[in-house]
Amino acid sequence: MDNILNLLWLLPALPLFGFLVLAIFGSKFSKRAIAFIGVGTVGISALIAIIIGISYLTHTPPGNSYSQTLWTWFNVAGFSPSISFYLDPLSLIFCFVVTFVGFLIHWYSAESMEEGEGYARYFAYMNLFICAMLVLVLADNLLLLYMGWEGVGLCSFLLIGFWYKDDENSAAARKAFIVTRIGDTMMLIGLFLLVKSFGTLNVAAILSGAPAVWTQGSSLAFWGAFLLLGGALGKSAQFPLQVWLPDAMAGPSPVSALIHAATMVTAGVYLIARMHVLYDLAPAVQMLIAIIGAVTLIIAGFSALMQNDIKRILAYSTISQIGYMFLALGVGAYSSGVFHFFIHAFFKSLLFLSAGAVILALGDEHDIRKMGGLRKKMPVVFWTFLFGAGALAALPFVTAGFYSKDEIIWYAFASDKGSIWLWLAAFGGAFITSIYTFRMVFHTFFGEQKTEISYVPGNRIKIPLIILGILSLIAGFVELPEWMGYFAPFSKFLNTALPAVSLANVAGSTETILLLINMIFALLGVWIAWQFYKKPQLLSSLQTGAGKRLSNFLFEGWKFDWVYDHVFVRPAVWLSRIDKTDFIEKIYGGVGGLNLWLNKMFDRTENGNIRWYTLGVAVGAVITLTIILFL
Amino acid sequence: MVTVSMNTGLLLASILFLIGLVGVLTRRNILFILMSIEIMLNATGLAFIVAGAHWLQADGQVMFLFILAMAAAEVALGLALILQMHRQHKTLDSNVLNLLKD
Repeated sequence: MDNILNLLWLLPALPLFGFLVLAIFGSKFSKRAIAFIGVGTVGISALIAIIIGISYLTHTPPGNSYSQTLWTWFNVAGFSPSISFYLDPLSLIFCFVVTFVGFLIHWYSAESMEEGEGYARYFAYMNLFICAMLVLVLADNLLLLYMGWEGVGLCSFLLIGFWYKDDENSAAARKAFIVTRIGDTMMLIGLFLLVKSFGTLNVAAILSGAPAVWTQGSSLAFWGAFLLLGGALGKSAQFPLQVWLPDAMAGPSPVSALIHAATMVTAGVYLIARMHVLYDLAPAVQMLIAIIGAVTLIIAGFSALMQNDIKRILAYSTISQIGYMFLALGVGAYSSGVFHFFIHAFFKSLLFLSAGAVILALGDEHDIRKMGGLRKKMPVVFWTFLFGAGALAALPFVTAGFYSKDEIIWYAFASDKGSIWLWLAAFGGAFITSIYTFRMVFHTFFGEQKTEISYVPGNRIKIPLIILGILSLIAGFVELPEWMGYFAPFSKFLNTALPAVSLANVAGSTETILLLINMIFALLGVWIAWQFYKKPQLLSSLQTGAGKRLSNFLFEGWKFDWVYDHVFVRPAVWLSRIDKTDFIEKIYGGVGGLNLWLNKMFDRTENGNIRWYTLGVAVGAVITLTIILFL
Repeated sequence: MVTVSMNTGLLLASILFLIGLVGVLTRRNILFILMSIEIMLNATGLAFIVAGAHWLQADGQVMFLFILAMAAAEVALGLALILQMHRQHKTLDSNVLNLLKD
């Protein structure tokens, strides 16, 4: 079945083709044709990804991986990265999610973006986004991965600032680009370090060669792993580079779904999982990942509690859920991290898409306090949103999020790299998650209707929602915890690419007890959210004096923007202002000034007076003759 | 036949040339400027003739014929332009006709 795996190159090539066609001829096509190309290319990609997945599962290639070299990129001084794709269980799962969820989001956008201008531009960017993400996950060397990485960054910039006529949106796009750039620069330096140490950027070569070149816990291993982590933090919006993501809500809702669920932010998770050998060699960095994940999920969870904009709540919840993935990677439970990514992609894109449907229906209303009563008016959106919310809050047994999140919470404690503190953070975060999630559900769909419905979503919106809703419920059954019969094909599948988690010696009964606590608190969170919703005076009684200041502090995302503005942005602006007229500037300014002055002088000679010109010729002739004759 | 020395001939040519040049520079009427240019051209032609006679070469007279032909062409063009200018602007003052600038 080798010939089916040969189709691998089509995965990124098809969306790239769609991008090129739409970017060059898009303005000449009808909307129908644009949607057909934009959705179609990704749809075929998704289909091919499924076919490749089936072929991989039924006829696993030798060595559990398959690579396809298209051509050599360049060859300089023995360093020759190639354009080649590498398929193993990890990249297969990412490919499937990127193309399949990406396809559903494209399908949804075909309707939701129909109004307004830039239809072709929108699908061109989206296709390029999918292409870049596929290059990222399929790359067999880190240079190609970096190209996809930057492509994703570029597309996020373009899409967040899609409605660029509004200054705020452009500012949000710039912020996303610049903040992730900090991480990207770290990652690039990390790549230089890897080239210096290994002489190659081929992933498989580095992973197999690293233990021989770098000793466990050496400082080189530390810096290599740390710098790559920096890149992952930027792209995945983890502490301390998480500030760009809430503002990235400026883009259209399907873009948020794509950035948050299927692509961009999970790139960091992929990078760390892909380079896991380096993190095994640098235990300090791996511990740092776990701590960053725990800190991020707590910070973002508390911020989400206070938001009123439905998309901002979801944005903070994304940061928090990626925090869980990082926590899982940090305690060595790689496959759990990837499993949570897998489930998260379904329910988070679902939540964004149904939130987008609500926003569309209510005429661009984002504030959950002005929504309400949509349960009866928009039943499909309500039920799918509820499924997604249940998965996000990890409601026991019936939702997919329960299986993925509780696995992480359990490993945060039970792994030999875990501890009670990490468990406490993960557990507390889960509790908060269920509160803010259901606060959102109650405000949006229950009670009285406060805003008129101006648009009724059609089938192209509903069908993707229903598919994602079903997946948010049942996708978790591919991995059941040990006490439920230990049915875990997902992690078994991944274990050929990623090491299994090594457990500390913990009694089996502990797992049951911790799990029970989790379940109770998840439900308790829903109950608390209901209490606060039913009795608004409960909330206002808390928001006096110090409580008000605290809630403002959380509302503004722990004032990270304020701190960064004062620590980095303003000094930089101030420095550049006082440095505006330094001596280098004077040299360049002087050259320009001289030319301007000369221009003015020559300009004066051009006065249109013919006798003046003749005099010029005569004087010139005299001077020339003098030089020739007498010098 | 009276022979004229080359110095005398060249001096005459130079004086004629200067008269023409001063005319071009000082006259404001384009018609006079054109006439002054003719004087300068003829001065040059005279210089060629004198030089050709001095070295007993035919080249000087050949050059003069060239200049004559060119001058005729130039006058034809120049007069046509002047005619058009006068029709368009009702003046031949070169200080007024200074529109050809940026």
